Amino acid sequence: MKYLKFKPYKTVIYLDNAATTQIDKTVLKAMEPYLTKYYGNAGGMYSLGYIAREAIDHARKTIADYLDCAPSEIIFTSGGTEANNMAITGTARANKTYGNHIITTKIEHPSVLETCKALEKEGFNVTYLNVDKYGVVKLDELENAITSKTILVSVMHGNNEIGTIEPIEEISKIIKSRKNENSLPYFHTDACQTAGSFDLNVNKLGVELMTLNSGKIYGPKGIGALYIKEKTRIQPIIYGGGQEFKKRAGTENVASIVGFGKAFELAQKSLKTDVPRVKKLRDKLLQKLMQNIDKIILNGHPEKRLPNNIHISIYDIEGEAMVLYLDQMNICAGTGSACSSKSLEASHVLQAIGLPHEIIHGSLRLTLGKYTTEQEINYVAETLPKIVNYLRSISPINLNYKP
Amino acid sequence: MKKTTKKYNQSTPDVISNTGDKWLYSKTVKDHFLHPRNFVTGGTPKFKFNGVGMVGSPACGDMMKIWIYVDPKTERIKKCGWQTFGCASAIASTSMVSVMVTEKSGMPLEKALNISQLDILKRLDGLPNRKIHCSVLGDKALKAAINDYFRRTKQFDRVTNESARIIDKVLKITDKDIEEAVLHGAKTVEEVIERTKAGEGDPTCRPLVEELAHFYIGKYYPCETCASNPAKRDNVK
Repeated sequence: MKYLKFKPYKTVIYLDNAATTQIDKTVLKAMEPYLTKYYGNAGGMYSLGYIAREAIDHARKTIADYLDCAPSEIIFTSGGTEANNMAITGTARANKTYGNHIITTKIEHPSVLETCKALEKEGFNVTYLNVDKYGVVKLDELENAITSKTILVSVMHGNNEIGTIEPIEEISKIIKSRKNENSLPYFHTDACQTAGSFDLNVNKLGVELMTLNSGKIYGPKGIGALYIKEKTRIQPIIYGGGQEFKKRAGTENVASIVGFGKAFELAQKSLKTDVPRVKKLRDKLLQKLMQNIDKIILNGHPEKRLPNNIHISIYDIEGEAMVLYLDQMNICAGTGSACSSKSLEASHVLQAIGLPHEIIHGSLRLTLGKYTTEQEINYVAETLPKIVNYLRSISPINLNYKP
Repeated sequence: MKKTTKKYNQSTPDVISNTGDKWLYSKTVKDHFLHPRNFVTGGTPKFKFNGVGMVGSPACGDMMKIWIYVDPKTERIKKCGWQTFGCASAIASTSMVSVMVTEKSGMPLEKALNISQLDILKRLDGLPNRKIHCSVLGDKALKAAINDYFRRTKQFDRVTNESARIIDKVLKITDKDIEEAVLHGAKTVEEVIERTKAGEGDPTCRPLVEELAHFYIGKYYPCETCASNPAKRDNVK
């Protein structure tokens, strides 16, 4: 009997950076005083409070400068999920006298889709737009979907699974041309995946609401932000002590806000350095995998995609088995296979781009990060084909699908 | 096998258990997944076989093929080989089935026909609840292979036929569909109906649907705490 030999890499090769990232040491260092020395409540009328307030203001200003907006337009939240919930639920409830229609896409993050489903129960109508085979939203369908009752359009900037970048600026132009006397519909974009690789100037993008997240740009987890353009009608979804300009209550998470600010600054500063380097490594890995594995397809758009994202389907084998074998080699990866999800349902994104179930089962996501090295990439390019060959050797099927 | 040690606790939430264990599966499942026994490579087994069974489909995410050699004199399974497309639990459960039927100089056919997925689960030291259906295919593939042996040896009267009974006449929903729904995680009558739509085509079958749902829920999840521990589950039975 021939088993696959497990020769794990000397350290962990972390290729799940779309899930979350390792914290940057500079970020951690910036946070530390606010976890220990300056523990005061930012609402306190004493120096410990002022120091915390100042740190929050500084982080807010940093992010606002990169977004080209006013600091008062940035609301800190507990992360991307809360920001998406707030953007959609908050504007829907605040504008229900003007309309009850929301437009989004079939490939959004669950924090958008589930929020929309919940709003449907409150009486809102939601249109879920189709995407093409690359995962790009269909603009004509979007244009036709807008009615006088439409209050919000929510389209993500970069897809977390297949990495496709949506044409936010073009969508914004369409929406602007269709705005009614109440400045509706608003345009929201979930930019959780793109803060580390794109310029997020809100005026260029043309959005009223934008979700940001710290845990995917080498900052701490559990902190994010929602950009809310001035004069946008929105209700809080969390009530309490009036923090965050009375839009999001709760004692400020000072250390995490400081960390997020630092992480955002580092990410935006390194757009011209880290991003091309990571993209080069990504292209190299992808090319090697395509060369060394037969019956493999790339999912998502070939060019318009996140620079660190590889999403492939490998025929005749199942994704969870692949991920668990990769784990034995010290490689962290993700899959959209139903077997790996809690609900046992196949990825809604892969279904939306029209992949048949047998191909979805063999999907694998590798997302690189700024700490990924060339040696690691070489090891993965060498190891994955071995795992594929082994699992294929014990698989009874031989699929014939052509995309 | 050389044990691998991790530098830190990794976070791949899709496949890591909530309880903080590094592995979602039991040690036995892990062993059979990483070191599968008796698998067949290259299309057909190297041993002489007289029964083949295949169940599942690529679209469902699980497919298994089992080859057996039955000694016609003793009616014991002497050899068992397999191929599986599927997740860790599917691979491990087929591997375990192949061990169970060939150990102790081979399992008699009558006994092999009675292997249930609970027996497989017990030998695997349990599976996560939502993965239990993966082990069902193992015993089904084995039964298909034994039936194939009966056909090849012209013992047609011994072929066991698990034909499904239609419950909802309008939507053509069978008792097997209801069983499948429970195995896939439906634990209440409402969930079973939501998944199968049984009773929506023919409302008169609703009492029967409820009865069957209760039966299968009781069979596969006798109580929540022992669902992942087949040893305890047997005591309940």
